[in-house]
Amino acid sequence: MAKIESAFLDLTYLDRLATGTTVVHRLDPRVKVLTAALFVVCVVSFDKYVVAAMLPFAVYLMIIMRLGEIPAGYVINKLIVASPFALMVGMFNPFLDQQTVLLLGSWAISGGWVSFLSILLRFCLTVTAMLVLIATTGFNQVCLALERLGIPNIFAAQLLMLYRYIFVLLEEGQRMHRARTLRSFQQRGMGMKQYAYLLGQLLLRTIDRGQRIHLAMLCRGFDGTIRIRQTLRITTRDIVVFLAGGMVLVAMRRFNIALLLGNFITELLQ
Amino acid sequence: MHMADALLSPTVGGAMWTATAGTIAVCARKVQRDLDDRKVPLMGVLGAFVFAAQMINFTIPATGSSGHLGGGMILAILLGPYAAFLTIASVLTVQALFFADGGLLALGCNIFNLGFFPCFIAYPFLYRPFAGSNPTPMRIAVGAVLGGIVGLQLGALAVVTETVLSNISELPLQAFLAAMLPIHLGIGLVEGLVTAAVVSFIWKARPEILRYTAESRPLGHLGLKKVLVGLGAAALITGGALSWFASSNPDGLEWSMAKASGREELETPATGIHRLLAGIQEHTSFLPDYGFKNNGTEPASAAQSQPSWPAVDKGTSTAGLVGGSLTLALAIMIGLLFRKRKQTP
Repeated sequence: MAKIESAFLDLTYLDRLATGTTVVHRLDPRVKVLTAALFVVCVVSFDKYVVAAMLPFAVYLMIIMRLGEIPAGYVINKLIVASPFALMVGMFNPFLDQQTVLLLGSWAISGGWVSFLSILLRFCLTVTAMLVLIATTGFNQVCLALERLGIPNIFAAQLLMLYRYIFVLLEEGQRMHRARTLRSFQQRGMGMKQYAYLLGQLLLRTIDRGQRIHLAMLCRGFDGTIRIRQTLRITTRDIVVFLAGGMVLVAMRRFNIALLLGNFITELLQ
Repeated sequence: MHMADALLSPTVGGAMWTATAGTIAVCARKVQRDLDDRKVPLMGVLGAFVFAAQMINFTIPATGSSGHLGGGMILAILLGPYAAFLTIASVLTVQALFFADGGLLALGCNIFNLGFFPCFIAYPFLYRPFAGSNPTPMRIAVGAVLGGIVGLQLGALAVVTETVLSNISELPLQAFLAAMLPIHLGIGLVEGLVTAAVVSFIWKARPEILRYTAESRPLGHLGLKKVLVGLGAAALITGGALSWFASSNPDGLEWSMAKASGREELETPATGIHRLLAGIQEHTSFLPDYGFKNNGTEPASAAQSQPSWPAVDKGTSTAGLVGGSLTLALAIMIGLLFRKRKQTP
């Protein structure tokens, strides 16, 4: 199983993308967090048979991805890996809802297929929005933004601490996993008992590490509260971008732009 | 078992977000008041430990499949429920952001499903009574297995409830339950067994680690009941407010209600909430419905006969298809243009 390796690669890759300096990267993280939240709320608040009206949101995301220089191939890869649950649950819609809602010539399309398509589109849009947020902002900046937006200080500290040590412990886990795999022939040693011992060992090391970190923090004057020194400064540009981006999102939610476009084209053709 | 944004309505998602945010606030206050600053770095590294542990698999004998640790129970045992909840929440946040497990809106659901039940139900009511303050491997095993199973069953039940209430998926409650609960019975059993084995190992190697949390009082002064009532009220209020915002389509929800009221198994308190929300929504909807547009509202009494919604409207459909394909083409074009530029330099 290369799962632990791929997790490590994902984390480092997204971390590297977040060090970019494009227009999107330079925006205030609070603006990006709030816009992403608004985006997701707009998308999921569509009725379940809506497909066309959601497509302008894909255009919106594509423009941001382009400005932020996020490779589309990576995003598509992640979408495929993450899709099973939504896919499995949505898959039943075509069988359960067979009422015809759309006629293409003599070809009747049932409501189930439309809502299944809608679920897939929702999935792509919401997951991509999240990946774009993290790839253009970076985890530390997202945490900082969340702290400024009012999540409890200790939770923000926990998120930062976790992120810092994920890399360390993934490496440690990876070494132990590799050592076990090398000593296991024909699945012997890959069972639950050895797994529990392995995790127990890793846990003991982790707890020792925690104690060492605590002592190191005490040496540097830790008194029980985490202080986050970094400051964020919001500029007029950030506010303008936030308002404009938000207004576009609300407009796309409020008006069916794809339908308006379609009306315009069909009338033009007649 | 991560909930996805795609299957969630804003009402359900928002209500679960509120419940989760409330729990996080309570836990944060509690941990900060504890004045045990050893826990701050310990929570961080244990979160990272769970993260790494989830990535390592073991083979389950006779099935050919593989399992791994979920981590909720073990964190509750090592850190106590409040700190454990914060740690699980942080792990799920990282998973949502980096691995697309769930989503931004679904994060509230996921933290609640995977954190609340192990920390505040399974740990205080099952693990602690069975394991006691002076545990033996047997008592640890019984407590951990029971806790693991109950925690995951409740989590799976919550996933099903959230999905059905959101009404994006057509899966009926019974079929979904019949699929989810047995699977999670197995997952819960594995989770319990692994937790028991790891905790017993720690108990043999370094008993003082477990004694430390076993001695601290389980749920402190904050009554669980008070917390639950507060959370429920907060979730209801947000749900109501959000459904006002999200009411894009009154007949969609009504339609689902009509379908739901034809079945007796939905006569739970949850239906009451749903009905209430739908009522609020009906009166306050301001966003027009489009897509497959139809007349205003469908009488809710049309429970028996299949309502004719959504009706086929050819003109709207054609325009929608044309506009939709053009927009899609535009999105793809931007993507392709981008790729070309990326390759050329």
